[in-house]
Amino acid sequence: MRDVAVVGFAQRQMQDFDGSPTCVELLVPLFKECYEQTGWTRQDVGFWCSGSSDYLAGRSFSFVQAVDAIGVLPPVNESHVEMDLAWAMYEAWLKIQTGEVDTALVYAFGKSSAGQTRRTLALQLDPYTMTPLWPDTVSLAGLQARAGIDAGLWDERAMAEVAHRSLTDAEGNEHSVRKGGSSVEDLLARPMYADPLRKHDCAPVTDGAAAIVLAAGDKAREVREKPAWITGLSHFIDPISMGTRDLTRSPSAQRAGAAVDLSGLDTAELHAPFSHQELLLRRELGLADDVRINPSGGALTSNPMFSGGGIRIGEAAQRIWAGESSKALGHATSGPALQQNLVCVLDADKKEQGN
Amino acid sequence: MSRTLSAPVTVAFDYTRSTGPVLGRFLTGLRDGVLIGGRTSEGRVVVPPSEYDPVTHEPTTDFVEVSPVGTVTSWTWVPEPVKGQPLDRPFAFALVLLDGADAPLLHALDAGSPDAVSTGMRVQVRWAPERVGHITDIACFEPLTDETSVSPSGGGIIEDHPVTGVITPVSLDYIYAASPEESAFYRGLEQGRIVGQRCPTCGKVYVPPRSACPSDGTPTTEEIELSQTGTVTTFCIVNVPFLGQKITPPYVSAYVLLDGADIAFLHLILDCPADEVRMGMRVKAVWKPREEWGTTIENISHFAPTDEPDADYDTYKQHL
Repeated sequence: MRDVAVVGFAQRQMQDFDGSPTCVELLVPLFKECYEQTGWTRQDVGFWCSGSSDYLAGRSFSFVQAVDAIGVLPPVNESHVEMDLAWAMYEAWLKIQTGEVDTALVYAFGKSSAGQTRRTLALQLDPYTMTPLWPDTVSLAGLQARAGIDAGLWDERAMAEVAHRSLTDAEGNEHSVRKGGSSVEDLLARPMYADPLRKHDCAPVTDGAAAIVLAAGDKAREVREKPAWITGLSHFIDPISMGTRDLTRSPSAQRAGAAVDLSGLDTAELHAPFSHQELLLRRELGLADDVRINPSGGALTSNPMFSGGGIRIGEAAQRIWAGESSKALGHATSGPALQQNLVCVLDADKKEQGN
Repeated sequence: MSRTLSAPVTVAFDYTRSTGPVLGRFLTGLRDGVLIGGRTSEGRVVVPPSEYDPVTHEPTTDFVEVSPVGTVTSWTWVPEPVKGQPLDRPFAFALVLLDGADAPLLHALDAGSPDAVSTGMRVQVRWAPERVGHITDIACFEPLTDETSVSPSGGGIIEDHPVTGVITPVSLDYIYAASPEESAFYRGLEQGRIVGQRCPTCGKVYVPPRSACPSDGTPTTEEIELSQTGTVTTFCIVNVPFLGQKITPPYVSAYVLLDGADIAFLHLILDCPADEVRMGMRVKAVWKPREEWGTTIENISHFAPTDEPDADYDTYKQHL
């Protein structure tokens, strides 16, 4: 395997983006930041991959228009996934593993506020028995939260503690759209929304975009003194049906975690758009109590569709670059109630070795 | 004035799908008022049946009728139902373990208030008044207070008339925003102007303007007012009728390269017979009456021949 590191990261998050859902306007400055961080021009990028969805944009081929932000003369090597940034990054990592390219810039964007995101996401469900009922994202998460409460695996207080810690940490994150001003008691005193969920148990609807830069071997060392080496990358998927899954579990998260080396982690950025999902993920990944969870504030404070997962990897990488972490986990989820899960282990101490 | 223009848009499509034998069996059952599950290789009865066994991956062939009565295994309150959900007033989504099944079914529960719902409560199917072989043949579940008051089920499925397909209408509402550059273009049209933008890197002029030059990735900032005359670079004669067509075929849809622009844009060529339109033909914008103008490309009714000599091929060959 080739040694590949995260060497660049840029993000934009906002409650309501006043612009086109193709988000070219957001992507141009993101790419500029990536060029500044790496010292590269676009000609130094060997492979591009984006994540977005036309269902979110409300127009066809929105990802094609987004390519304008790259500039394609001379032509670029480019791909797209209708998935989160983290999966676009997975494709780019594979591309680098083939040896065809040494560098990649992956990006993702989404304007959730253009439509009704929790409703639109019903289109990712089984089209015969689920989508016609329009089960919204919040309801499906609520079924999962209730299952865990009934099973005694977590309770409303534990969920409020997650929300409180996230809101407090988000005060230090300029990108978070919801932050601060809470105590566990205050949160528990707030009214139920989608019983058993309160509004602070659910990620806010967020618009935004993000970009991650990958580089192999010496290319990575040229960019960063401390590249965030990808020492483990794995993803799995559970069945789509809500009835045949044990909702208190996420076997796909467990299997993804078991496929990589999670020992010695000091930081984990978990993509948990609902408070109980952080508790569930910690169990499935077997994270120790001393692992710092979501220092960025996490998805409960800002969760742009299609980049919310990849941002977790970017946030983890930034901590490696800064020397604040020596081994960090970035996690991304997709699908209803933690159906799909990707884990990315980032390590500061990859042994110096050639490609 | 807001920075960008926006307008509501609805994207709608009726998805037509074949069911295959397993889901077809389940949906046939719903049509006939019977709930059908599938037995897995491990002996569990799953509703709706899985098309393939989760362990052996063999097709499901063992079907079992289960009760329209069941027990709630999890639920969530839906305080603000969204369009298309089974009920338009607050309700619960519930996982219901039907008597005789081993895995719960997801559906709506009409309970009035979250206080009336609890895990373990007994519920029964409320059938839709008309059933066609669709998951919505179950209108929802309703609380069952008296086990002796269970509504009778359909009494068996009509074997020789199975459901083989379903149609699911999908309709999504958006507020679609134009980019700032597109907004400038539409605002220009409202004043009878055609506005493009020039790339500061390569000097190319784009109309409609884009947020970045697709060749260079550079944001285009310099605004240019373009000529209202141009050249047909390529065209097609529309002979095929389609839904929403406003003009009777045959008519011409063409790429028009406005003088001073580096990208052609699509519009209609009218005021001459379709078979006289040709590459290189010089055309000019014909506007609707001013009182009909809005922030829309439809302000320009069409393009019409100017009767100038045709443009040399060399002047537009780069734009084909």
